[in-house]
This record gives sequence, C-alpha cells and structure tokens, in this order.
Amino acid sequence: MAMLENVSRRAVLLGMGAGALVLSLGLPAAAQDEPLKFGADAMPHGWQDDPRLFVAIDPDGTVTVTVHRSEMGQGVRTSIAMVVADELDADWNRVRVAQAPGDEPTYGNQDTDGSRSLRHFADPMRRAGAAARQMLREAAAAEWGVPVEEVTAENHVLAHAASGRQAGYGDMATRAAEGQIPARESLTLKSPDKFRYIGREDIGLIDNPAITTGGTVYGIDAKADGMLFAVIARPPVYGGRVASHDATAALEVPGVERVVVIDPPPQPSEFQPLGGVAVIATNTWAAIRGREALTVEWENGPHASYDSEAFRGELEQAARSSDGAVIRNQGDALAALPKAARRVEAEYYIPHLAQAPMEPPSALAAIRDGKCEVWACVQAPQVTRARVAEKLGLDPKDVTVNVTLLGGGFGRKSKPDFVIEAALLSREMDGRPVKVTWTREDDLHHSFYHTVSVERLEAGLDGSGRPVAWLHRTAAPTIGSIFAPDPMQKLPFELGMGLTNMPLDITNVRAENPKAQAHTRIGWYRSVSNIPHAFAIQSFIAELAHEAGRDHRDYLLEVIGPARKIDPTELGDVWNYGEDPARYPVDTGRLRRVIETVTEAAGWGREMPARSGLGLAAHYSFVSHVAVVAEVQVGEGGEVRVPVVHIAIDCGPRVNPDRIRSQMEGAVVMGTGQALMSQITFAEGRAQQDNFDAYLVPRMDNAPREIHVHLVGGDDPGQPLGGVGEPGLPPVTPAIINAIFAATGQRIRHLPVGDQLRS
Amino acid sequence: MDLTVNGQARSFGGDPNMPLLWYLRDELGLTGTKFACGAGYCGACLVHIDGVASFSCVTPMNVAEGAEVVTIEGLSPDGNHPVQVAWRELNVAQCGYCQSGQMMQAAALLAETPNPTDDDIDGVMTQNICRCGTYPRIRAAIKRAAGQEAG
Repeated sequence: MAMLENVSRRAVLLGMGAGALVLSLGLPAAAQDEPLKFGADAMPHGWQDDPRLFVAIDPDGTVTVTVHRSEMGQGVRTSIAMVVADELDADWNRVRVAQAPGDEPTYGNQDTDGSRSLRHFADPMRRAGAAARQMLREAAAAEWGVPVEEVTAENHVLAHAASGRQAGYGDMATRAAEGQIPARESLTLKSPDKFRYIGREDIGLIDNPAITTGGTVYGIDAKADGMLFAVIARPPVYGGRVASHDATAALEVPGVERVVVIDPPPQPSEFQPLGGVAVIATNTWAAIRGREALTVEWENGPHASYDSEAFRGELEQAARSSDGAVIRNQGDALAALPKAARRVEAEYYIPHLAQAPMEPPSALAAIRDGKCEVWACVQAPQVTRARVAEKLGLDPKDVTVNVTLLGGGFGRKSKPDFVIEAALLSREMDGRPVKVTWTREDDLHHSFYHTVSVERLEAGLDGSGRPVAWLHRTAAPTIGSIFAPDPMQKLPFELGMGLTNMPLDITNVRAENPKAQAHTRIGWYRSVSNIPHAFAIQSFIAELAHEAGRDHRDYLLEVIGPARKIDPTELGDVWNYGEDPARYPVDTGRLRRVIETVTEAAGWGREMPARSGLGLAAHYSFVSHVAVVAEVQVGEGGEVRVPVVHIAIDCGPRVNPDRIRSQMEGAVVMGTGQALMSQITFAEGRAQQDNFDAYLVPRMDNAPREIHVHLVGGDDPGQPLGGVGEPGLPPVTPAIINAIFAATGQRIRHLPVGDQLRS
Repeated sequence: MDLTVNGQARSFGGDPNMPLLWYLRDELGLTGTKFACGAGYCGACLVHIDGVASFSCVTPMNVAEGAEVVTIEGLSPDGNHPVQVAWRELNVAQCGYCQSGQMMQAAALLAETPNPTDDDIDGVMTQNICRCGTYPRIRAAIKRAAGQEAG
C-alpha cells in the first residue's frame, strides 16, 4: 500500500469527515533514563516522528502538508507549510495545506494557545519535511540502482548527476512511502544559509486566494444536507437556570421546528454549555425571531447581584490588606519600605474584556450510526472531541472534529461549549445536522471573560530615586474558578505572566495575592494575566521615573539592570511558560536591546508639540521580549489619538517575518482598544454591553495610522524560538498610558481612558 | 420577490423582513458575506446593492427587491479586482473573517473616490471592524489598489 498516497487521499478527504481513516498508532514507550523533553515531545501524547502523518505527495507532485494547529489569523497554516516545504525542498507553488481533525495521540498537542505553535512544532515539522525528502532520495536511489548519497532532491526534482537521471517528487512518492522512516538522529536539517522559504518576507498567505474571493469556510459557514439552524437563549447571569418557559409564540414563527431546553451545567462549569432554551429552525433568521418570541423566566442563582463597579471596591480593599498569600519574596521588602527615603504607591484597575472574535462561536454537528461529526472553529479540537464524546456517551474515536478556519480566537475558542451545544441539539433532532450560531449579543453576554484586576504597587526609593524595595499585590478572579471550587487565588501560570518572573534589579521584592471571588466565567484572553501585570508594572516604573525626576527610558534600563540571564525559578516562577528555564531564561540583555531599538527608532527624547507625548513600556512574555513606544496626541477636549507606534520584538529566530509583523500590528491595535475604550461591565449579574455600539474596539479612524515593527535578534540559529501571537500585546497599553502622561501630566490608572480626560 | 445576485436572477418567497444577509448565507449558500454583529455596527456583512455599499444584516428582503446585489463572490469574474489583488500582495488578512466586508467597502470607496486621501479612507472604512487589527495594511492596500504607492 502506498502510504503517502493514502495519506494524501486522507488529506483530500478531511473536511468531509474521513475520521475513520485516521491511523491509531500506539505511543512510544517513554524510557526512564530519557533526557529532559522539550516542546512537542514534552506535551501530552508527545510527538511521533512519522512524516506520513504530515506530508502527502500525490503522483502529480502536489504536496499536501497536514497542519494540526488551528488557524485563527496568526498564519500558522502558511508558516508550518513553509517549514515543511523548506526541508522537503519543495516548489512552494505545488504545496497545499490540509487541516488535521482533533486527534492528539496521532498529531501531537493541538491546544492552539500560549503562542507556541512554531515554538513547539517548527523543529518537528522541519524534521517531517527532511524525513520525507530523505525517503524520496532513497526511493530514487533504489529505483536507479545508485548510492543514495549521489541523489539530490531540490525544488521538487530528484536527480542523479552522474547518470543524468531525473524524476519529480510525485514519480517517487509511492515507492518512498514504502521505505523506512529515518530515525530522528539520522536527519540533517538545513543550515540557515540554505533556507528556501524560512525567514522570507514575501511569502503569500496560503489562504489568500480563498479569503479574497469569499471561498473560506469558518465554523459559521459549515454546511450539511438537511441542516437546521439554532440559536439559544442562555441564562443572563452565570450560574442561572430556566425557571419556566413558554414556547407557544416561538413555535408559531414560520420556519421554527423545535424548542428545546438545555440543562444547566454543574458548577464550576468548565467548558460545558450554560443551558437555556434553544430554538431550532430552517434558517438562522427564523431561529433568531423564534428566540425573540420566547417567554423565559430565569432563576438567576448566586451571582445575581454581581456589579463590577462595587466589585472594584472589593478588589481595592483586598489589595490594601496584608493577608494575601505571599507568592514571591526576596530580601525584606516590608522592612526596607519604611526605611526608604521616599515611598510611592499606586493602584491600577483593569476591567473585564471580551475576546469578541469577529466570527462569533458557531458550530455544526451531526450524528449518524452512533457517530458524531462536528465542524467547528476551535482552538482545542482534541478537548472538543473529548467533551462531545463525554456528553453524548460515545467513545472519542466515534467523534470526529473537523477544524474549520477560525474567524479570530483570542482564547475564546479554546472552550468548546458552543460545539457541545450543537451536538446536544443534533441528538435532540435524531441526529440531523444542526448549526448553532451565537449572535454578537450572545458572545458579549456569555464570554469566558478576561479577569478584572486591581494591582497595587508600592516602592521605596533611595536618595537618588532608585527603588530599593518593591511590593506588588494582585487581586483578581482566577481562571481556576471554572475548573474547581473557586480557589480565589491566581494559579502559578497566571502569576508567572509577568509577576513572579518580573526581572527588575531590585534588592527587596515581595508579591502578594489576596483572595478574589469569581462571579462570571473567567478565561484566557490573548496574553492573559500579562495584561494587568504589565500595565501596572510598566505604568508604575514611569511614575517612579517621574518622582525621581529622571528620563523614563534611562530609568527603566537602570531598574532592569545589567544584561544577565535569569533563571525564572530563582525569582519564584515555577512555570516559565512550560519551558525549561535553562533553554529559556529571562534575558535582560535582550529586554534592554528591544528598549534601545524602539526608543532610537521613535526618536525618544525629541521635543514634542503641546499636548503630544511619547510613552514607553517593555515586557517579557511567552518567552519573547517586546518594547513599545507610542506617540499620543490629546485634543483640547480630551480626545486621544495614537498616530504612531513603534514596537520591537526579539522572539529568537524567525520563520515567517511577515506574520511576526502582522501579529505585532494587530497587538498594537488591540492594545490601543484596551487603553482607550474597551471594557465589559456587569450590573445585576449581567454583562452590560450588547454589541459593538457599547463594547468599543478600535476602528480605522482611531487605530494608530502608522505602526512600525522592528524585528530584533534572531541571528543565532541555535537559540530556541519565542512566542509571537501574544507577547506584543502587554506593553502596548502602558506605553499609550505613559504617553498620555507625557502629553498632559495626567496619570490614568483606571482602564480604559474613556472620557476621563474629557473637559 | 425578484432580485439579482452576482448577475443571476433570483426569486424569494419567504419572510419579507428577513435580512438579505441570511438569504445570501442560508438560502443561497453564499457564505463569503459574514455575520458578526447583526446590527450594522461592523461591516462584516457588507455587499453592494445597486452599486451602493450596504449592510446586508439590516437590509430586509423587501428593500432588496428588484435590486442588483453583488457579494464578494461576484466582485470580479476572476478574483482580480484591484482591491483583491492588493489584499493578496500586501498579505492584508489575518484571520480573514472581516475581509470580505472590508474589500467590498474598499471597492465601493474607490468607485466613488478613485484617489482617496487618508481622511477619505478613515471616513468610509471606519464602518468596518477588524478585531485582528489589520487597519494599517487595509489602508496601504487601498492606496495600492488606487495606484498610489503602497504606504
């Protein structure tokens, strides 16, 4: 059997549900004396070095790369294909991409989060390409009866120079598939000077043709014969349930077929649907109208009085108390603070945010012959598979999760509640395909929100204005509250996002985490807890520089201290983004360099017009180093414009520089929204923002008009890759807020700016 | 009621209040036109109705009656409208979801204002939201499609 060909067919068949053809290969047994594992190897289910899982070559030479990570705008389908095509030495014009279904034992980790798709999988996918190339060369050598060392494979052509023989990759694919899979150790990867695609700026997105002609398929676009359309009225307060409902009027709406009550989940609800009343109809509009015609009485449960303004007061009280858990302690900050020449303190507030991807959560499910198939825009297809199987009482092998394109994710689509809804409703309709669409109101009312934080900082300065003591208290509901009875304290991974690994060169540092209760679903949002931590710390350093009468850049560099590589575990961060601290130290030299680069590019220190200013911030996250300088103009009426932003990132060696630039551009825009306009508030347990008229996000006229991205470092090919999708975001907001201070002398400590500057 | 969609005559007999968006997506299967807010706040659903950029999510079928509707699928016969070409050349898209609406808006802008200034671009394109933040590239692509130097 021609394996490559078979895999190719499978690739072509994906999306139509060829899940039954998925190979179920056993896991390699882990030896006790194995060296430390990194990246893909260290993830659940590890990694299989089998190029046939990821590379298929048709007889006509078409190469299909199977991408097992979800595409949500970071460009992973293009970047992974570049990596494979490079080591395969394939002609880019003959490379296609297929999307893997949710199947972690086969494909390795599929949690598309944590800015780690290339960090973890660039090397394994390079090996897949190199192994396939090696198998092609061996096949050609055998066919021609020549030594494999004499067979070259370049740009889709196999050749033997001495005899003048040549063949296309497609000609040898079948034979190659029957060959031995080369051992990992036997593979030689290209040296960077031989790269054909890696590192190039001019590679077009593999999905560009479909995107520009309307041919893309997102979860909301999935279709199946006989499909029904559903929308759901969910409890307006988290933890609520349906007390009673009357569907009479809804069922009279033309097109409405059924009204179904979905039970509420036990608390904490993890990724389970929230329950409610579903309206199933022959088109989306009829379902929406049917929902409007429903009468539902809700029992609102324990969070019915959640009011985010009152809760801010609770968080402030918590942050002012000294009974929080001590999460970092070096030196003796409590003793050093009273002895300092000057003490400075400040409290910062960062509100709830909603990811609000442009494609709201949407999924299609169908059940046939005891098997469930879903099409969904999910960041974690393997979790989706497990949860759907659990809910329907099926074996996971009888659940196929086809991953569509994601119309944005930002963390929201890591949670498959909306897919489970579709599966439940399909079951209610005897397996007929049912597509669940969330309206924008549903999305904003029932998100897994970014947490809400109060960050309280206190510093003691010596006579020269340098900090000698530092106390940071963080009070915020934890993501852990959706998984277990509310621990009311942040988890190590949340604390490790810029707090326990904060690398400032200060003798006495203490961090505390007082308790805070969650009153809504809390979830990952692009860059997660780095948002409040970076905002508070980078604002506070600017405040200290001002107190000390120093230039902010000089002061920031001084507080970061000399270039050194710090083991984050020594600071108190045991998590380090899941990476080995020896391979991924916090590198203050790299942090200094992005600051120096970005301030020089932005003309730091230059004379600015009245009510204009430059603001700086820098932050290490997702094992990458980023610095931002924002230029801000504040009008006489208090309106803020951000005409120019410079952002510099050192994320190590670069696979797809254009997508690094685009991620930085996007981070600057999103961070502008967080600074100036975006927030979710709650009253009587309900999110107050219904749609984009109230949940404000940047638009063309208030986003920065110029964004200059500076790619720093990356010249050491031995250095491991850093993250890209998230690390751009955290320093953007404090840079803008610091620029507002430079422009006006007004210090904003409560996000967003909103109308705080309006006269 | 009759209308034309991408040059094809169509006939619709359903709820006259149904927004054009759902007719295009659910009835005709033209899913290039996107749903994102349902209220005319974001432009993901933008199509041309008799040449005018319009939010299909708030345009009832009875308003579209007799009209010529063009969606992203019909913007050009070969996918090579200058806007589509510029969008590809500058790798504008990230997730791509809002880009149908962005391109339809940009095409309408250029039809009206062939050589737009930054303020012209702001004035029109501000109706469309991109959560990925592709605005600087959208601006550059519009200028390129207009024959100006890419910004």
